[in-house]
Amino acid sequence: MNSSMLLSITTFVYALASVLYIGAWTFKKDALAKIGLFTLVAGFTGNTLGIIFRWIESYQIGYGHAPFSNMYESLVFFSWTVAALYLFVEYKYRERIIGAFATPLVFLAIAYASLSPSIGSKITPLIPALKSNWLIAHVITCFLGYAGFAVAFGFSVMYLIKPEKTAPGTLMSKLPSLDIMDELIHQMVMFGFLFLTIGIITGSVWANSAWGTYWSWDPKETWSLITWFIYAILLHLRMMRGWHGRRISWVSIVGFLAVLFTYFGVNLLPGLHSYA
Amino acid sequence: MAKDKSKTGHGNPVWKFFTSVKLTVVVLLLLASTSVIGTLIPQNSSEAFYIQKYGEVFFNLFKTLDIFDMYSAWWFLLLIILLAVNIVVCSIDKLNTTWKIIFPEKIVFNHERFIRLKHREKFDIKDNVSSLQSLYVDFINKKFGQTVTEKGENGVVIFAETGRWTRLGVYVVHLSILFMLAGALMGALWGYKAFVAIPEGVTVDSATLRGSDTKVAFGFEMRCNSFNVSFYDTGQPEEFKSNISIIEDGVETLTKDVIVNAPLRYKGLSFYQSSYGTDSAKNVVLRLTSNESGMGYSFKMDFGQTIDLPESGGKFTLNGFVHGYNFRGHNLGEGFVGTLVYSDTSDHNEINKKLENSATKADTNASTAQETTSVGQSSADGQSSADGQSSADGEKVDSGTEEFTAEKKITPHFHEVEIYIPVKFPTFDKMRRGHFAFEIEDYEKKYYTGLQVTRDPGVWCVYIGFIFMIIGCWITFFMSHQQLCVEIKTNGKDACKIDISGTSNRNSQGMKLRIMKLAAKLQNMQR
Ligand code: HEM
Repeated sequence: MNSSMLLSITTFVYALASVLYIGAWTFKKDALAKIGLFTLVAGFTGNTLGIIFRWIESYQIGYGHAPFSNMYESLVFFSWTVAALYLFVEYKYRERIIGAFATPLVFLAIAYASLSPSIGSKITPLIPALKSNWLIAHVITCFLGYAGFAVAFGFSVMYLIKPEKTAPGTLMSKLPSLDIMDELIHQMVMFGFLFLTIGIITGSVWANSAWGTYWSWDPKETWSLITWFIYAILLHLRMMRGWHGRRISWVSIVGFLAVLFTYFGVNLLPGLHSYA
Repeated sequence: MAKDKSKTGHGNPVWKFFTSVKLTVVVLLLLASTSVIGTLIPQNSSEAFYIQKYGEVFFNLFKTLDIFDMYSAWWFLLLIILLAVNIVVCSIDKLNTTWKIIFPEKIVFNHERFIRLKHREKFDIKDNVSSLQSLYVDFINKKFGQTVTEKGENGVVIFAETGRWTRLGVYVVHLSILFMLAGALMGALWGYKAFVAIPEGVTVDSATLRGSDTKVAFGFEMRCNSFNVSFYDTGQPEEFKSNISIIEDGVETLTKDVIVNAPLRYKGLSFYQSSYGTDSAKNVVLRLTSNESGMGYSFKMDFGQTIDLPESGGKFTLNGFVHGYNFRGHNLGEGFVGTLVYSDTSDHNEINKKLENSATKADTNASTAQETTSVGQSSADGQSSADGQSSADGEKVDSGTEEFTAEKKITPHFHEVEIYIPVKFPTFDKMRRGHFAFEIEDYEKKYYTGLQVTRDPGVWCVYIGFIFMIIGCWITFFMSHQQLCVEIKTNGKDACKIDISGTSNRNSQGMKLRIMKLAAKLQNMQR
């Protein structure tokens, strides 16, 4: 069993978990969500082992580096962080149905990594610029941040589709109360904001140790800053201008679009950040 | 909270303007949206590039607005200054109020506030008030925070709180931004970025400022002892390494390898591996094949060295290394040049004519063809501007012969001809149809290393900002000022009603869960 195989299987396990969670919601069967949780945990275990195996394999090949060095590896890690964060939220808040809005993101990221023809899954050596312990700190924190924003995005969608008043027993009434969802979005955004902040800072310290400038307005850097500004705006709107619920959900969706652009879109712009 | 502001005595409308969070939101929005421009329009490129790309009209418009260097344009800096003033004014304005909350003269609990709370945990328990009180006070003191017990109707009320100070977290966040901006300002005022290319074995004492021709002196000398680049078997570069020595007053004080991600720092300056290129060559081995005898000869030569050719073929001097050579419109790439002097014999006349033709057409273009490789390219955090700049600067280093003269007749019987021996095309010199065809059998590249030199006396300040930012965010997001109220009421003999409620300045859901857990513990406590 090598890491690629394990990660391919993980992709299907995650797909199954999302289907179960969505099924639990649409058919109003809580039991399905319980199975979904077990499936998700299984997928998460596979995901974890896949990353560890890949790490070991890279040493066996002789390249020897942490598996955070290209688009494929970062997407796999992104799935891992979103899954981890979601599991934590479900554990802490004891809400199951919300998995229907978080697990599809876990699946989509790893499926995109495995299936997109433009993303190579080969283990490649590290170019000199990436040889730094800061790489690990930078990638892990950035992706924890992205994961927070991704889950916040899922919950924002959930918030927006739930009407103010729901008849008992309907699909929408199965969703958590608006207050709880609002709180969840805020918690996820704060989590994401903290880690994006640390991610930008570690990247900046790294840039200073590698190239002598902690900030150089390269497009990827700039876009991460733009994303950071958007979430800072969200926090202030919420704290000081009393924005809640629907309006905050929209801001969080815009923020997540900025995350996606920072992650994928920047590669279309002139610049040198080769991945992640 | 908003109403309290007038009390601080700043009724002044300018002050009010700068305390507003509306301004914050607007400024942040403007910063975010204008920042996009700089990621769409390449920054700091040449005018010619922009004119070609955007046309004359847009070029002029963009230039007026400083779009080509927008992150240091006046209007962008103005936005940043606005943000800074906003933070300062807002913090001063609010700190007064917050301070009073955090350090009140006497902490008072308002039971009414807790009574109004919707979420509460209630249970009955078989015990008397005083034993429950001592049990609960101990527990809450240990697990939650400092308690204050007051007399209530038919029993007691225990208040407790924790994390009052965490209300300061957000000031730490805002202060951290000021530290970063101050650090950036210090860097801009007293720092610089420069570039220096040092050929192997050469000593330098200054670098060229980025974007100008000005030199800055280091205050010491540095020598590049060697440069090495290693490759993976895939052909990707593995490591770029310069061995650098620092020399002060003629004494070597430090020798260190500089690799990407491990710069050399010395006396406030940092030297980063940023590019490299071929400067020249060493240990050149020439191969000569005689057109007359068919014999082959090899010579190991240094630059400037002259050898006597066999078969009375004359003398040959190896002059230098060139980065490019233009032959009938084709660049033949790196090669060596040398001077051949031979005596005239009858059968060479025809060849001479041929030679004259091609030699006039040929000219070198050593500087434009020079190869510079930037080592930051396709990096995770690559810096387009820095790398672009260093390769441009790298071109200034050149060596080797730049001009060829056509064959000269020294005397009627002696000819002097400059010949070019390309590395990549070993049969090229055959075309000259001389006595010998020259080719390069072997040589070693002599590199130069391109180092970026920076001085930034503001970095420490920025880093303090980084640390404050992380600590401040952690406090603000994950810690809160929580207050708890446990009411114990007698309910007949040896029985009590317990009513628990609590508030928090953030994360009410988290607080609710905490209270539920606490209530469960209190209910099941061993007596
Ligand atoms: C890039 C700039 C800024 C960043 C990153 C930032 C960050 C933050 C953060 C993380 C919070 C906590 C939000 C929360 O509790 O969920 C906050 C709160 C706040 N910020 Fe900012 N801020 C910035 C600029 C400003 C400015 C310019 C002002 C000036 C008016 C301001 C005023 C406030 C206020 C009044 C609060 C609420 C404080 C409270 O809880 O009492 N912020 N800010």
